[in-house]
Amino acid sequence: MIDANRRTLLKGSLAVGSVGALVATGLATGVLAPRLVLADWNQAAFAATDRDAALKALLGDSAPQTNEAVLIKVPDIAENGAVVPVTVEINPAADLQGVTAIAILAAGNDRPLIASYVLGPAALPFVSTRIKMAKTADVVAVVTQGERFFSNAKNVKVTIGGCGS
Amino acid sequence: MSDIKVRAKLEGKETVVKCLMSHPMENGLRKDPKTGDLIPAHFIEEVVCTWKGEVVLTAYWSGGVSKNPYLSFKFLGGAAGDPVAITWKDNLGQSQTETVQIS
Repeated sequence: MIDANRRTLLKGSLAVGSVGALVATGLATGVLAPRLVLADWNQAAFAATDRDAALKALLGDSAPQTNEAVLIKVPDIAENGAVVPVTVEINPAADLQGVTAIAILAAGNDRPLIASYVLGPAALPFVSTRIKMAKTADVVAVVTQGERFFSNAKNVKVTIGGCGS
Repeated sequence: MSDIKVRAKLEGKETVVKCLMSHPMENGLRKDPKTGDLIPAHFIEEVVCTWKGEVVLTAYWSGGVSKNPYLSFKFLGGAAGDPVAITWKDNLGQSQTETVQIS
């Protein structure tokens, strides 16, 4: 339930998912350190209604630097906005190692933050999923490397919006 | 509404996992076309992916992820026969899990 998640967010204690403890410790210090703030489900970031607010809730005051090593694979034109395939990965040839988290935003949606992924030590910096896009907009990917954030964006034309309303 | 199809394949050094979950992924912003009422939010919030019990990936999702969500990720170190488990939990507290072996 949303309430349970909010309580967890505030207490910073383990509730849902075994990995919550690692991130919850960070949040419990009460300091919005410049890293992906993901204590369980980040209510503030997911509820944000524009891209900048969502990024602020996710990253604190740090702004991501554009980095072309963040590869976003999306169709140029999405015929069905309800199902837009998105793949984010780091160019293996680039000098961008140690990525620990990836976030995907659809800048034109009512709630731009779609997904955030926390990578375990064995994981490669690669995620692929399908998202809803309300209208033609940028798909933005933000990756975390230590205390720094890098991002890239690709514009996707949407012919039929996919958020239902 | 609660099936998970998973496949984990070793490709060289990388294990590539692809999964498809059955879930309505309602974002809570959609109106029922007949009644005009808002359809309540019902979406997977968290997906935990483990390999031999170790967490490889945690996904935090909103209702902006498409219905019947697809997820693919990769990791290093896997060997044929190792167990990979996918567990999701949604905003109504429902949960599903599925385990496969790397092939």
